[in-house]
Amino acid sequence: MNQAIRNAWIAIAAMFALILGSISYVQVVDADALDANQWNNRAILQTFCQDRGTILVAGQPIVQSVPTGSESCKYQRQYLQGPLYAGLTGYYSNIFGSTGLEKSMNSTLTGTSDQLLLDRIKQLFLGQQPQGASVELTIDPAIQQLAYSLIPDGMRGSIVVTNPKTGAIIAMVSKPSYDPNQIATQDQAAAQAAMTKLQGIPGINLNQSVSGPTGNLLAPGSVFKLVDTAAALASGKYNKDSVLPNPAEMKLPGSTATLPNYAGGNCYTQSQATFDFALEQSCNTPFASIALDLGQDAIGKQASAFGFGQDAGDLLHLDYQGGVWPTNLDQAQLAQSAIGQFDTKASPLQIALMTDAIANGGVEMKPSLVKTVRGPDLRVVDEPKPEVLRTSTTPAIAGQITQWMSEVVSNGIAKGAAVPGISVAGKTGTAELGTSGLNNSWFTGFAPADNPQVQVTIVMEGVDVLTGAKLTSPSASKIFEAVLKK
Amino acid sequence: MSAVDAAVRPRRNIELVLLILALVVGCGANALTALNEGTSLGSNFWLESGTITIASLALHVSLRFRAKYADPLILPIVVALNGLGLAMIHRLDTPQTDYGNAQARWTVIGMALAAIVIWFLKDHRTLRRFTYISLILSAVLLVLPLVPGITAGDINGAQVWIRVGSASFQPGEVAKITIGIFFAGYLSTNRDLILLAGRRIGKLQLPRFRDLGPMVIAWLASIGILIFQHDLGMSILFFGIFISMIYVATSRASWALLGIILMFAGSVAAGYIFPHIALRVDGWLNAFDPNVFGRQYGGSYQIVQGLFGMANGGLIGTGLGQGRPDLVPFANSDMIIAAFGEELGLVGLFAIVMMYALLVTRGMRAAIGARDAFGKLLACGLSAGIGLQCFVVIGGVTRLIPLTGLTTPFLAAGGSSLLANWIIVALLLVISNAARRPVDTTPIAPDEASGAPETILTQAVKQR
Repeated sequence: MNQAIRNAWIAIAAMFALILGSISYVQVVDADALDANQWNNRAILQTFCQDRGTILVAGQPIVQSVPTGSESCKYQRQYLQGPLYAGLTGYYSNIFGSTGLEKSMNSTLTGTSDQLLLDRIKQLFLGQQPQGASVELTIDPAIQQLAYSLIPDGMRGSIVVTNPKTGAIIAMVSKPSYDPNQIATQDQAAAQAAMTKLQGIPGINLNQSVSGPTGNLLAPGSVFKLVDTAAALASGKYNKDSVLPNPAEMKLPGSTATLPNYAGGNCYTQSQATFDFALEQSCNTPFASIALDLGQDAIGKQASAFGFGQDAGDLLHLDYQGGVWPTNLDQAQLAQSAIGQFDTKASPLQIALMTDAIANGGVEMKPSLVKTVRGPDLRVVDEPKPEVLRTSTTPAIAGQITQWMSEVVSNGIAKGAAVPGISVAGKTGTAELGTSGLNNSWFTGFAPADNPQVQVTIVMEGVDVLTGAKLTSPSASKIFEAVLKK
Repeated sequence: MSAVDAAVRPRRNIELVLLILALVVGCGANALTALNEGTSLGSNFWLESGTITIASLALHVSLRFRAKYADPLILPIVVALNGLGLAMIHRLDTPQTDYGNAQARWTVIGMALAAIVIWFLKDHRTLRRFTYISLILSAVLLVLPLVPGITAGDINGAQVWIRVGSASFQPGEVAKITIGIFFAGYLSTNRDLILLAGRRIGKLQLPRFRDLGPMVIAWLASIGILIFQHDLGMSILFFGIFISMIYVATSRASWALLGIILMFAGSVAAGYIFPHIALRVDGWLNAFDPNVFGRQYGGSYQIVQGLFGMANGGLIGTGLGQGRPDLVPFANSDMIIAAFGEELGLVGLFAIVMMYALLVTRGMRAAIGARDAFGKLLACGLSAGIGLQCFVVIGGVTRLIPLTGLTTPFLAAGGSSLLANWIIVALLLVISNAARRPVDTTPIAPDEASGAPETILTQAVKQR
């Protein structure tokens, strides 16, 4: 009988051995495959409920994790002044994933980036909960707030304010905006309902790669004439004293259509124009003729030198669209593309970068949004230095364009951007949206012209000419004043 | 003989040291969980830890008085497992649920029952008198969940619960014990008849049909549980206990094999006949098939979530309170092993499995040491039951075998299971006491009236 008991024990011991084997298989051999399984949402859920790092502006948190008091999900992301910063921060949701800085800075905010290895080891030994690093932005909250208020509620538009010498983004806003708290909530039904509602709002900046200042590709209109001007000067065929043909209406080669100058301005007073007059009054035909003269490749080359179709460097941390210069154009299309119509497209930030390059002696700096990254112990882990993105043009050409842009503000059609006592350089643009009578109204410029400190690019979408004029240049003036007279 | 006997010591002091260690493990796990979750140790923690400690020590003292030669490892192992289970059940409680405190109450009741058994059951052989009463009791207990009026109906696909007032109870858990007593009593009485009577066909010695009765009854009972209560796990457990006992009683491997074949055939047939079992097998084989994963009934969502949790735990686990075992359905009962795998890792789960292995081994050791066939069979059957239950549960969770709804002994939330298992532990302690107790060579020991073994059955339950 005892022998039988021993045998029974052996059978049961064998069962235990099998169990140990299957545990080892699940927890060691197959663990990586199980972790990577498409249905496994533990990693997302685990970080979703973690204490993520704070995002700060001028020392004040704009995004923070707050304890929920719930056992199942200990922290909730909270967006202070949500709509004001939504385009930058994005949202952090367990059903919709994450966007904006919440996405791009995820490893820093969760504390898993390589820079934070030492902190992680320390937390491990001290038995602390994992903590993320905090990220301070280059944004000036006063300017951000001002820019946001300069776009009337219910209208679509973007404003980008940068420091042309460093590439630092001082303010970047767009409307319509939204409150990320509605999407980041743990109440999944509420989040789903909010998302459905928000997705129905045209132009809302839920996804930085296709909307808002970084991703919304718009016809640039006359601000693209700065590219034509730079290309003309760079070609050697033109100089500052060149006289350009300025017919009131230009017959487009190979087409029955015509390209007119803007009827309301002063262009009709001269049938020939110098660069300064053509830019001041934003006449169309002189620039169309430059493009037809230089050819689409020369314009395209200058456009990419300003960043069209290029990336914006690794300091922006937001999804970005660098604009489009169309290819395979016939002559008529080339003429239209050269004045920022047809298929020429630019995001507001792309126009800002172009203006930055002109302001900074032809050197385009990488746009940067992050000022410092601090570990959980407030030690500075990263402090990105300004970096050159690309050389767009020569200092001489940049200087010449700056001079003409100053005259656009002092004598020309961007008078509204002027600030008393400060020389402002600027360029407006009005891109027609089909035959609707509505336009995308642009302003891009910088100040002071002789020592640029601040660049402002504004675009209002789908406005009539009068509204567009009111909401671009005068708004830029207010921002210049606010930044420079601080 | 007397020299060997002189070396047998009660080992109660070792038990006390191990018991304190076990309490530290259990209460420590509870404290760690609370600390890791950022909550302070409230009065509830101290009250519970204090109660469990006092109850455990009371059990220990009971052993000192009534069964001082009992195996010193069994009680500490069970207290440690019970404490770990409590910690995990508390950890999985949401603000809306309170399984932890319920489990703590059941633990104290279970320990009290164990103490009563130890105190009043001086000699396990007393139980042999209840052989046939146990059979009737088993039948009643197994049929209870099907009786209208007290049945709690179909819960999670199985009809194994009864409802008394507001409390629900799983009588099948207690039936494990009564059926063990019946088999042990029947087989110890009739083993010679079963072995010797009957005819021989080739090498196979077949018993007479009437001696085969219990085997057939057991098989039918198991099938009955399966058919009427939809409980494959319990069915396998009952039949497994029976096979182990008939093998130990007869030492006939061929019969054990026959039993295993019967069990296997029954399971396969059940798979074809009952759709819910076929779904379980499908959920086991094709767990990662999208259709199976998403299936509302009998899908693999639960087992796959459990595997994700265990994979997340990896080698050393996330730490108590730091994983997400709450993502697994039934994390505090059927899937509690996955919760431990996630938060304590492979290392912690190995430790738990080794504790079970040690518990079963000590039970088997008591069976070897027992001086009567009834004690041997009962200790062996009860220990094998615990081992088999572990295998079916952990094997199911780790996808070694199809998942069936059995509770993990001492760990899983559930009052009936906890009560039954504490009584089993008390029986093992009593049998091990009889096994390790020095043989008294003098018929009556006049000098040691209180400590002398009771040899007359009627004295076993006498009041002091």
